[in-house]
This record gives sequence, structure tokens and C-alpha cells, in this order.
Amino acid sequence: MTPSTIDPERLEGWNRPPIIEPDGEGDLLEVAMGPHHPSTHGVFRMDLALDGERVIRLKPVFGYLHRNHEKIAETVSYLATMPYTDRLDYICSLTNNWAYALAVEKLVGQEVPERAEYLRVILGELTRAQNHASSIGFLLQEMGASGTPLMYAFREREKILDLFESLTGSRMMCNYMRFGGCRVDASPVWLDAVRKVVAGLPAFVDEFERFLSGSEIVMARCQGVGILKPELAINAGVTGPMLRASGVNYDIRKVDHYGIYDRFKFRVPLGDHGDIYDRYMVRILEIRESIGILEQALKGIPGGPVMDPKAKIRNFRPKPGEAYGRIEAPKGELGFYLISDGGPNPYRYRVRPPSLINLTVLEDMCLGSNVADVVLIFGSVDIVLGEVDR
Amino acid sequence: MLGEGILKGLAETAKNFAGSFVSAERMITVQYPEERIAPMEAARVFPFLVYDSKHPEDSLDWEAGMRCVACQICEKECPPKCIYIEKSKDKKPDFVGKMQIYPARFDIDISVCMSCQICVEVCPFEAIKMDTQFELATDDRFGALLLDRKELAKSNEYYHHIHPTEAAEVDARLAAEKAKANAKVKAAADAAVAKAATQPAVPAAKPAEGNKQE
Ligand code: SF4
Ligand code: SF4
Repeated sequence: MTPSTIDPERLEGWNRPPIIEPDGEGDLLEVAMGPHHPSTHGVFRMDLALDGERVIRLKPVFGYLHRNHEKIAETVSYLATMPYTDRLDYICSLTNNWAYALAVEKLVGQEVPERAEYLRVILGELTRAQNHASSIGFLLQEMGASGTPLMYAFREREKILDLFESLTGSRMMCNYMRFGGCRVDASPVWLDAVRKVVAGLPAFVDEFERFLSGSEIVMARCQGVGILKPELAINAGVTGPMLRASGVNYDIRKVDHYGIYDRFKFRVPLGDHGDIYDRYMVRILEIRESIGILEQALKGIPGGPVMDPKAKIRNFRPKPGEAYGRIEAPKGELGFYLISDGGPNPYRYRVRPPSLINLTVLEDMCLGSNVADVVLIFGSVDIVLGEVDR
Repeated sequence: MLGEGILKGLAETAKNFAGSFVSAERMITVQYPEERIAPMEAARVFPFLVYDSKHPEDSLDWEAGMRCVACQICEKECPPKCIYIEKSKDKKPDFVGKMQIYPARFDIDISVCMSCQICVEVCPFEAIKMDTQFELATDDRFGALLLDRKELAKSNEYYHHIHPTEAAEVDARLAAEKAKANAKVKAAADAAVAKAATQPAVPAAKPAEGNKQE
């Protein structure tokens, strides 16, 4: 390797010393990718240092979409934060609701009725299916397949969003779960509609796979690109499909047994290369497992109330204490940490967003690859900027 | 063979392309605004205030029949604080006939409202409900999105029209409450009458008279 021709001062402000030495002669090219770039899913900037086409450094710049979520939550009541959690990861508002409800329920020791637990599982798994479908659609969009796979994914997502709307009143900002249950009960008609959609899902996944999994273009672009080593993934706190694609068997549904997940039979798909293709495949397989869970939940859903009658909506003041509630959101471990001082609003409220933490390993996955692959690697992380910046 | 996967994928696309002309399930595009899908029953956009109109043809009825009693719970609970209420000085009878204050001013800034439905959930008087009207675009940046109580007032008939199931439940609940309140008033009246019967010197029948009116 030739000695570096970069002036060390020019690398100042970059977060770490160079891992890859530029091999050619001449200057590095610095490129600011984003914040208004079609591939960044919102407003996110990457400062790249390029040696020709190769990425030598990458500095992610967060914070363009910061909306003060945590501070707002500390000034309003516990209930009033629920609609704000919808706006974190706006693709999966129901799992955000769930994680927050779980944290508050832990804080006050609130029980949830059986039927509500089943409804939560059904909604959570539907959310996972539509999130994974659309994230694969976006990944393919970034690969250059302009529109078609994304439209296939959105066609399916639309059916699921219709279900959400007919139950919760809103397609994306559902605001459905409450401390001690769910807001409204699902009618038998709604459950039948879910059964119909779930019955159609395997055909969709099959079609998607016939369309994409064997495609030479997808394989050439994805295999061996953006490799994330399991050790690094664990050390960086990466969770969700990203972590499992690196071969680490860690699924909070299995290790934490929150809700009623220990009643369902499902497997945790694992990858073994940790490249983009494995992430894609893990997501496809997770949709299939979700379908299995949905079928079991729809078969087993009992009658009864959806809300604990003793649960309080107004004048909600938990005793002083703290709680951390976490779930396996479609993107990884989503946790809410609450400290109560006995007042009507939390003393401290903290979100552990999977998107942000999964994004911290972006540089390590991108070093040495081409600029065009950066877009793909970024897409395979599956982030929503609303959750990254909060 | 190299390219086999791509060909298979293209076959899939071709199938979908052809299908989008013939299969009814695939022809799902709606030519908005010429064609419309009716909003779902559970749909929610922005809140409105329900009033009970005794004479639907009388357009001045909204103020008299307004269910809201200006308790300001919704104002306090609204997450982005987009409700503004001023209490009235005088009182008017509510649906069970009890004298209540009413909102002299009730504004919702729908440019701030995030359609969360918390106000509906916390209102103990079934006075505020969610509308399904979504075509609200305007070129007035300031006034048009700040709705006052007259613009917010919609009749109970309208509520029944947009959320039939929910409205029927609410009506049943209100009727039950009213019956209970009436029974209580009647019991009080009976007790008063009984008391009056035992102590004829005290003119105790008067409050009972007042309550019987509604
Ligand atoms: S819907 Fe939500 S934001 Fe809008 S007025 Fe009601 S409580 Fe406030
Ligand atoms: S709408 Fe309901 S909660 Fe709000 S002030 Fe009126 S009665 Fe009270």
C-alpha cells in the first residue's frame, strides 16, 4: 500500500483514524450525500471521503428531523405521549404504541386482558409483515428497479393499512393501544377481514420471491456487499433483522417472552454471511414466520374485554419508580425507559430507537465499497428517519 | 443459465401487467376526485362538537343543543394543546335538565390538531367526536384553519350519518344516563312529597315542580 497522500488535517473532524488507506495518488474527493437525497428515506446526510469510487470514510450526520420528542413527552401526560409515539417510526406505529404501553404497564404493574394481548400480537405481526415488505421494496428501488417491486410491496401493504384504518381509524397514526389494553374492540367482521388478508399473504411472498430471490441482478448487487461481522454487530448493539442476518440468534420475542409470545410456535430466521442478501432473505423469512404467528393468534383469540376496567385513562399518576419496556419491533429492539416521580408526566422519558443504533455501524459496512453500494447498504439497514432523529 | 432468474422475474411482471387489465381484484385504482370511496366508519380526521337539535330545520338550534359543558378536560388533555375554551358566565340546561355552563368560546386550531382522538376519549359528556371530512384545503393561512364553535358544531344526526354504530351506542348510553337522572329526580321528588306529607307545614313540593318540567 502506498503511503497516504492525504493531508492529516483534512481528516480532522472525522470520527476515527483511517481504516482503509487510499491506494492511488491524488486527492480524496469529499461528497456530502444528502440531506436531500432520494435514497436517504428522509433527511439524513452522509459525508463521504472517496478515493476514486472507493469509500475511505463515511460520517453519518443525524438530527435534521429532530422534533424534541423526549422533551415533549416529559411535559405532557402519560396518555398524551401515546399519539406522539406513532410519529417515531411512522411505518410501524402500532409496535411503537405497544412498546410504550408495555413500559407504562411495567411501571404501574398493570395487567392486560387476554383478548387485548391477542389483538396486540395480531397487529404487531401485521405491522412486521408490511414493514418488511415495504423495506424490501425500498431496497430494490435503491438498486435501480424503479418502482415495480415497491409497487408490489405497497399493494400488499395497502391491504394491511386498510385493516388498520377500519380498526383504529387511521392508516398510519393508529394511536390504538392504551395502558391496560386496547382502545376499541375488534369486531368479528374485522377478524374475518384479517383472516382473508393473512390467507393471501403467502401467495404474495411467493410471488415476491419468484420475482426477486433468484434474480441475477439482485444476487450480483447484494451478495458479499456490506458485510457486518457478528462480533461488531453485538458490540455495537445492533438488533433486529440486521443482527440476525449476521447469524446471531437474538429475538426479543424469544428471550424476553413479553406479551404472550411464548404461546406461539415460530422460528427465528438467521443468516450466515451478514451481507445485504442475507438481510433481504431474513426479512422474507420473517414475513413467513409472522404469517404463522398470525394464523395461530387468529385461531386462538378469545372473547372478553379489551381493556382492564380498573385501568385509568385520566388522572394517571404512577408511583415513583422506573421501568424499561422493550419489544421486538420490525426494525429491532424498541425500548422505552421511564422514570416517574409521582407526577402526572414522566420525570424522564427515553426512547431506545433501533434505527439509530443500527445505523451506527454504517461506516464499518461501507468502507472499501463503491459509492453505488453505499446507497444499497444504507437501504438494507431499514431505517425511518422519524425514529433516528426523534 | 445466467439470466434465468431475470427471465422468471420478467414473466412474473408480465403476468401482473396482463392481470391488471382483466382481473377485477387488480383494477383497484379509483379516479379521485371523480370517483370516491366512502370513508370508513372508524375513520377520523378532525374533531367536531355534537349538538342535539330538537328542530332539525331550525339552523339556530346549534347553540342551545350543544352538549359541551366547558369542563375544559379536553383542553387540558389535548397533546399539542390546540383547543381553547372560555367558559360562559350564565348557565343553560343540559340534556338531563341540569343547569350547566356552556362554552362561550371553543376554538380548535386544526392546523395544529393531529387527529389523535384523545379529546374524544376523555370527554365525559360525549360532546366532542371525530369528523370524517378531509377535503379542507384552503388558501387562507390564518383564519380558515382556526375553527370556532359555530364551525365546529354538527348535529347528532350528522354524527349518526358518519359513525352509525358508535353514535347508536352513545345515544343508548346517554338515554340510560338520562333515565337514571330522571329516576333520581323522581325519587327525590317522591321523598320530598313524602316528607311534605309528614310535615304539612313546610312547602316542600316546590323543587319537585321545577324538576318535572323536562
Ligand atoms: S384530536 Fe387530538 S390534537 Fe386534535 S383536538 Fe383532539 S386531542 Fe387535540
Ligand atoms: S368537549 Fe367535552 S371535555 Fe371538552 S370542554 Fe366540552 S364537555 Fe368538556
